[in-house]
Amino acid sequence: MSVTVLFLGPLRDLAGMPQAEYPAPLDWDGLLTAVPAAVAEQLREPRVHVACAGKVLADKADLAAKDGDEVALLPAVSGG
Amino acid sequence: MARLVLETPADVRLLEKGLSGGEALAAFNAAYPAAGGIATFLGKVRPDDDVRVLELSHYEPLTLPGMRELADTALARWPLDGVLVWHRIGVMHPGEGIVLVAAAGRHRRDAFHAVDFLMDYLKSAAWLWKREKREDGWHWIEPRAQDFADRNRWD
Repeated sequence: MSVTVLFLGPLRDLAGMPQAEYPAPLDWDGLLTAVPAAVAEQLREPRVHVACAGKVLADKADLAAKDGDEVALLPAVSGG
Repeated sequence: MARLVLETPADVRLLEKGLSGGEALAAFNAAYPAAGGIATFLGKVRPDDDVRVLELSHYEPLTLPGMRELADTALARWPLDGVLVWHRIGVMHPGEGIVLVAAAGRHRRDAFHAVDFLMDYLKSAAWLWKREKREDGWHWIEPRAQDFADRNRWD
């Protein structure tokens, strides 16, 4: 019973790992507690988004990840 | 070599290797014989700031679908025959192509605008993360305020 959390872009360096497994279910408060403190601090920034099961959440505080879900932590992008 | 066939009216790709602009544009031109004009933009790894290597990472479930949505938005916004949106991922060296965008339309202004719009969104709204390797190691690239200002012109 777990949720896979992916640390994308610069968050991977802050976390010191590309991904982690946390117990399901996982909500916003649970996520902030589970991830390394440096990542939690970034997650509180409005420009950092959260996707669950392939969908970007309009409000990341609505996170409700179930067993088997993949949660992606999406920092500010830089393409082109 | 098999002839490159593009998806119409939007060909959207994430490429793990070499972005061949000439081949893509020849195919794009052939795909829209009725177009009065084609505007294109090729973005390259700038050979400065002692950048040795640039790496772009993506997130499979979001990046390509987001780029497709963006291409559809451009097609809905301007009267165009078609668009091409190709973006490299992985490791690139200075001088290599990162992104290729093209728009075919009856009139040049629509094609110019669509390419400009697509680039502004790819820079600051596509799910891509860029880092550069310089002499002192890897550096993540943050979008500049100018990138957001450029994108906001289209709201």
